[in-house]
Amino acid sequence: MIRTGRLFIITGITSLALALVFGALAAIQFIYPDFLPEIAFYKARPLHVSLAVAWIFSCGIGAVYNYLELNNLIRFRYLGLLHWLSFVVTGILIISSYFQGTFGGREYWEFPPVFSIPILASWILFGVVFFSSVIRVKNWPVYLWMWATGIVIFFVTFLEANLWIFDYFSNSVVRELTVQWKSYGSLVGSWNMLVYGAGLYVMEKISEDKSYAQSGIAFILYFVGLTNLFFNWAHHIYAVPSSGWIGTTAYIISMTELFIIGRIIWKWKNTLSTAKKFANRQAYLFILASDIWVFLNLALAILISIPAVNVYTHGTHVTVAHAMGSTIGINSMILVAFILHHFGWNNSGWVRVCFWIINLSLGVFWITLIGSGILKGAALMNGESFSAVMINLSAWFNLFMISGVFLAAGFLALLFHFLFEFLIDFPENLFRKTE
Amino acid sequence: MRLQNKRLFFFTLVAAYLSYTFFVYTSGTETAFKMSAAAQEGKKVFQDNNCIACHQLYGLGGYMGPDLTNVISSRGELYVRSFIENGTAKMPDFELNKPEVDALVAYLGYVDSSANFPNRSVELTWYGTVNNSTAE
Repeated sequence: MIRTGRLFIITGITSLALALVFGALAAIQFIYPDFLPEIAFYKARPLHVSLAVAWIFSCGIGAVYNYLELNNLIRFRYLGLLHWLSFVVTGILIISSYFQGTFGGREYWEFPPVFSIPILASWILFGVVFFSSVIRVKNWPVYLWMWATGIVIFFVTFLEANLWIFDYFSNSVVRELTVQWKSYGSLVGSWNMLVYGAGLYVMEKISEDKSYAQSGIAFILYFVGLTNLFFNWAHHIYAVPSSGWIGTTAYIISMTELFIIGRIIWKWKNTLSTAKKFANRQAYLFILASDIWVFLNLALAILISIPAVNVYTHGTHVTVAHAMGSTIGINSMILVAFILHHFGWNNSGWVRVCFWIINLSLGVFWITLIGSGILKGAALMNGESFSAVMINLSAWFNLFMISGVFLAAGFLALLFHFLFEFLIDFPENLFRKTE
Repeated sequence: MRLQNKRLFFFTLVAAYLSYTFFVYTSGTETAFKMSAAAQEGKKVFQDNNCIACHQLYGLGGYMGPDLTNVISSRGELYVRSFIENGTAKMPDFELNKPEVDALVAYLGYVDSSANFPNRSVELTWYGTVNNSTAE
């Protein structure tokens, strides 16, 4: 019997490999715009972004299916396969539209809006499989709450992201941009629910301790996360002339994240002792790295949510650092940990080398983005021209490109290892024996 | 935490979110800046050519080219037309026809009339907010 969860994971890994290639291409074109004009920057960027998002979603979905399959909970298995097939076919069509230069022109979802229909339809299949499978589970651990929330919220916010096709929204740039970023903020929260749920599930398996996922603190953190998912998105649109209360609400809600950051500091000693205990498990190394990146990116997110700081950093590479730090440092680390744990690929020096290349280059990449962002923000506020600013920051951008190439190389080396390990047991690792 | 409490928290948050969404869609985003038919056409040209991949509006978008929020008032319409019609070393010539260029300029003019970005005359408060009332 074919394993739907693993199909999604393999799809996710393939998407990441392609995302890295187009990301490296976009980074090179950022400095040398004439490089490979057939896939110019305005095509390379959406290719990179959409494939990176596909990696996160596909592996997050794969984690959920794996849980259902390993615990013999899954129902309507054929709908899961249909979900996967729809995901892959729609993905290929979207990539083809980018190559042909056919766009919907919305940042991040840059494909023509017609492709939203199969995405929403396939998500309904996912919802049917998930809820019909887990309805029999009593006393849900927190990660089931997170996955359930992620599935429902994605559907709602993805619909919301498409409201611009109606005149009521598209005839006012203020309303359209506000609703666009409202939906994006919550939508990112929905995939975070899938990924963080997978991370908690992995930690439960590694530690063999089921109590945390049922604990009060786990649920308090879940509700803090849900509150931020709903209401903390407007730091993206402080500059858009919508009503002031929208920004004020986001500013107040963003401060609840201080509770999460405070808890990380408070529990840091415990984290270190746990790290020593599971140091031989490479999946845990990636979980530990994600913890550090959560701390750094949360601190950055809180800072740029302060309007007085945001006015200088908005529209600069500080925002890119926030996005890249979260998707690579947090989401990707957790998903790599999940893959290592799930397949049992835990004993390779190669993985350890990749771990250090990825994290060190990501550190340089992240700092470079923040440094160039601060300088760019200050220069633009002083009235310097865009072209002068870009020329003055060229050394920063070169460092950004070099660290980005190392980062891509680290991930590609890791994916090469995954491919090698996967082929050793192929096709057995894609199928499950029926009882 | 008891299941009853979890459900209570969850549905309270969902209800608050739905109310909040209604207000964002209505009073939170009401604006005096109405878009003309030409500007609406220009918006479509902007989207079809994926301009947002490289440019920003209100600081939202790509990083390859400059923010275009106030490009009409700061650089002038002729300058903008020249860029669009010919391209540059960094920006491809998208080979737009005259009505498309006119529409795009109308759209950028509409955006320009709605806000200043970046607003260099801000007043910061001690509790971290920004007073936007000062015009540039």
